[in-house]
Amino acid sequence: MNAAVDIFYRKVLSDDRIKHFFDDVDMDVQIAKQKAFLTMAFGGPSNYTGKDLRTGHAHLMERGLNDSHVDAVIELLGESLRELNVPEHLIAKVAAIAESARADVLSR
Amino acid sequence: MPVLRYEGRSYALQANESVLDALLRNGVRAAYSCKAGSCGSCLMRATEGVVPARAQAGLKDSWKVRGYFLACVCRPESDLTITTVGPDVQLGATITALDLLSHDVMRVRLRCDAPLEFRAGQYITIVREGGLARSYSIASLPDESDLELHVRKIAGGKMSGWLHEVAKVGDRVSILGPSGECFYVPGKGDQPMLLVGTGTGLAPLYGILRDALRHGHHGPIHLFHGALHKNGLYLVEELRRLAEMHRHVAYTPTVLNGSESDGMAVGPIDQVVLKRFPKLNGWRGYICGDPALVQSLKKKLFLSGMASRDIYSDAFLPSAQTP
Repeated sequence: MNAAVDIFYRKVLSDDRIKHFFDDVDMDVQIAKQKAFLTMAFGGPSNYTGKDLRTGHAHLMERGLNDSHVDAVIELLGESLRELNVPEHLIAKVAAIAESARADVLSR
Repeated sequence: MPVLRYEGRSYALQANESVLDALLRNGVRAAYSCKAGSCGSCLMRATEGVVPARAQAGLKDSWKVRGYFLACVCRPESDLTITTVGPDVQLGATITALDLLSHDVMRVRLRCDAPLEFRAGQYITIVREGGLARSYSIASLPDESDLELHVRKIAGGKMSGWLHEVAKVGDRVSILGPSGECFYVPGKGDQPMLLVGTGTGLAPLYGILRDALRHGHHGPIHLFHGALHKNGLYLVEELRRLAEMHRHVAYTPTVLNGSESDGMAVGPIDQVVLKRFPKLNGWRGYICGDPALVQSLKKKLFLSGMASRDIYSDAFLPSAQTP
């Protein structure tokens, strides 16, 4: 899980589409959240709730967070897992679980 | 809203208010410094009620069980009865030496009344009579007889002003702690290490470097110490000697403004470091000092390949302003 978080977060911080959302975020705090997110995406026990996702992203909505950014995150997640040789059918499963968070992240 | 009971009086907490803020709002005198859950100055104890886990993060298990918590980050969800902490959590100490290391950095040596268990690079909080409290990193090693702190004189600083101008050898203080997760972890003795600090961020790094050597670390160790000008650097000769004595240790004093002479690097310290070491896969990193630098350099080291679990840092938070 640690390797997956590092690969994924490195992609997020390097991606021109979304990296600006993370400029003023403390790395340790963010990595703990990425770990919780990946745990949820792998269907494991997680403390993530719809309410957390809404309040946690509300301030980013004001900065223009939209579907294209969620698309980018799900794409980078898939790329990260591919690098770790996770089979495609599992990647699709993880993407579907991540997809289910979209409405909460975008406060819909 | 939950009610706080303290010294026989009750105070209603406002929405999302910390215990410390509620006490201060009601004119109750309470000790504090960082207001960010790190210095330990606002330590209190709950005798009844439920303390949120966040308010006990980083405390010793034996303290958690007894209800100790940090008031500045304690936002109770139900009623809480609290009390000040007894002197049992503070340790008395005597100032044994005060030496100026540069125009604005004082080396303060303290001898504790009882042995203090700590790791070089952790920090303690000094408390003076009246409750004034400030945190400083430990530059000494556990087997040295005195604790060593590097105290920069801050304009208008109450503790640093006292230590620089008033305090004398023999004066007494109390200390709280140690705290902090930024220290040398033995093992992987061949791992290359990068130590980067600005200002008195050198203090924990000086401890960590010597602790690593004491543990027989044999991988390369690169220390970068940054300052605005040459006169902001200190312990330069000691560190040069240390690097000469150990072939795997390198020391690079770095200044933002100045000319490249006397073996100094010139430029923003993060750029100097990354230009020298653009690939950091497999390295371990320690970053201490200015909070903005710590936050941004952590990300840069990570993006250069350092694993997140191998990055240790200590951002020197300024003390919160008195309301």
